[in-house]
Amino acid sequence: MSARVAVLGAGKVGTVLARLSVAAGRPTAIAGSGDPAALGLIVDVLAPGAVPMTSADAAAQADIVIVAVPLARLGTVPAAALRGRVVVDAMNYWPPVDGVLSAWEGATRSSSEIVREILGVDVVKSFNHMGYHELDAWTRPAGDPDRHALAVAGDDGAAMAAVSDLVDAMGFDPVPLHPLSAGRVLQPGSSDIFGADLTRAELLSTLDALGVAPAAVCP
Amino acid sequence: MELGIYSFGDSGTVSTRQRLADLVSQARYADEAGLDVIALGEHHRADFTLSAPELVLAAISSVTERIRLSTAVTVLSTADPVRVYQQFATLDQLSGGRAEIVAGRGAFTESFGLFGYDLREYEVLFDEKLRLLLELAREERVTWRGRTRAPLEDALVTPRALQPTLPVWVGVGGTPQSAVRAGRLGAPMFVAIFTDPAPARGLVQIYHRAAAAAGHDPAGLRVASGGHMYVGRTSQGARDEFYPYYAEYLAKLPQFPGGMPREVYDQWIRAGLLVGSPQEVIDKIMNHRELLGISRYVGQFDVGGMPAGMVDKSLELFATEVAPVVRKESA
Repeated sequence: MSARVAVLGAGKVGTVLARLSVAAGRPTAIAGSGDPAALGLIVDVLAPGAVPMTSADAAAQADIVIVAVPLARLGTVPAAALRGRVVVDAMNYWPPVDGVLSAWEGATRSSSEIVREILGVDVVKSFNHMGYHELDAWTRPAGDPDRHALAVAGDDGAAMAAVSDLVDAMGFDPVPLHPLSAGRVLQPGSSDIFGADLTRAELLSTLDALGVAPAAVCP
Repeated sequence: MELGIYSFGDSGTVSTRQRLADLVSQARYADEAGLDVIALGEHHRADFTLSAPELVLAAISSVTERIRLSTAVTVLSTADPVRVYQQFATLDQLSGGRAEIVAGRGAFTESFGLFGYDLREYEVLFDEKLRLLLELAREERVTWRGRTRAPLEDALVTPRALQPTLPVWVGVGGTPQSAVRAGRLGAPMFVAIFTDPAPARGLVQIYHRAAAAAGHDPAGLRVASGGHMYVGRTSQGARDEFYPYYAEYLAKLPQFPGGMPREVYDQWIRAGLLVGSPQEVIDKIMNHRELLGISRYVGQFDVGGMPAGMVDKSLELFATEVAPVVRKESA
């Protein structure tokens, strides 16, 4: 049975990821910060087939939880409900838009390592380096020469495998990176990967040029 | 169909004094050439000259006759709606009833620090202040209570606008909750679109459904769109002329720290960015109209600190070759 997906965040990114998850045939729940009627309307139009829920309910019933809220609102994510789930960090820190957030400002670690610390659960970093329009527009079947790649950075092999499987089912080539800290190269302003929309071969050669070796398989 | 232009007054290489003078004379030209709207945005950063658009709109009002004077957007979260209403009601009186406001959350966050607001209050600040501004636009005396400013008790806010109700649009950048808010309030919605307009169909659908659920008359709803625009004599010429300015302008975005690569630029143009010959720009505006049902398009016409001469030529092509055809085709 395919993994149940919960998307926390019903904004620009979250609604696209929920739509892709539904299209990939995954049972999909989505939670947002607004009132239930607004969420219901948004989901009905932008991600039909996904089930609107509260964050806690969505996370509790899912195998994979994608967190796609503004980082400034990470505190609203029900951390307790994430335990035992595969948790994906799809977020980025970009001060001109997010404002300066002390937990991330000036950090030399991957922003996902800080997210992991705040949530108190292991996370996998993915979906963060492609824009939401591109995520929406560039899904392709496996083997298509124009298929784009999404890096999947993490510490735990089983979690990375589950996320890679979802990425593939959504229409992108997963490229595993190990450990989680290696995902720093996927962040805004830190490399030629963020927003660059690369195929698997291009992503691999960019990583190679940066001296980052992809994991051969999920460890 | 209404057509217009908007600006943030990108600094470029000229002095602020010169840049503002250019903007006023470009607005005067737009008025004479029959464009319907000029809208000024606000950023609170050194790379833009406009942080107080209402003052520049007041200057423009004194040298123009018909063009509507709007914003793109008024960053309402960090402003006081009472003061904003007073300023635009005054502008409305000065201009003979031509003032409008497009209220939005803004693309950047500098104004939060400058005016002493907490970014964590982002949502509630905009929501409360928008509701208050809409009430001020409708009612002469307002009683209001909320978290984000002092309460008002039967407060008289003057002067009143010359128009019976000062138009207040809601600016939406792509966040679906913003389209729900605009619809629920029954306010006209302005959507910022830079490349492919197709994904915004969902926002427009959400807007109409939210308005219907709140009992607003569909006849009172309006959708406008706008984004970066450059019109050249020829398709290839337009692309080549505009590219260096746009590449540098978009270096502000996290995905283009070194400037926008040319192949990405060409791909954005294929996807829908309004750069090209007059006919290409006509087709793209008509595509917005078909997909989204817009009754107004405004183009950001002076992107990236282009020299005034380039801006003037693009503006002239927009006013004389694009606008008349779009009006005719949409009539």
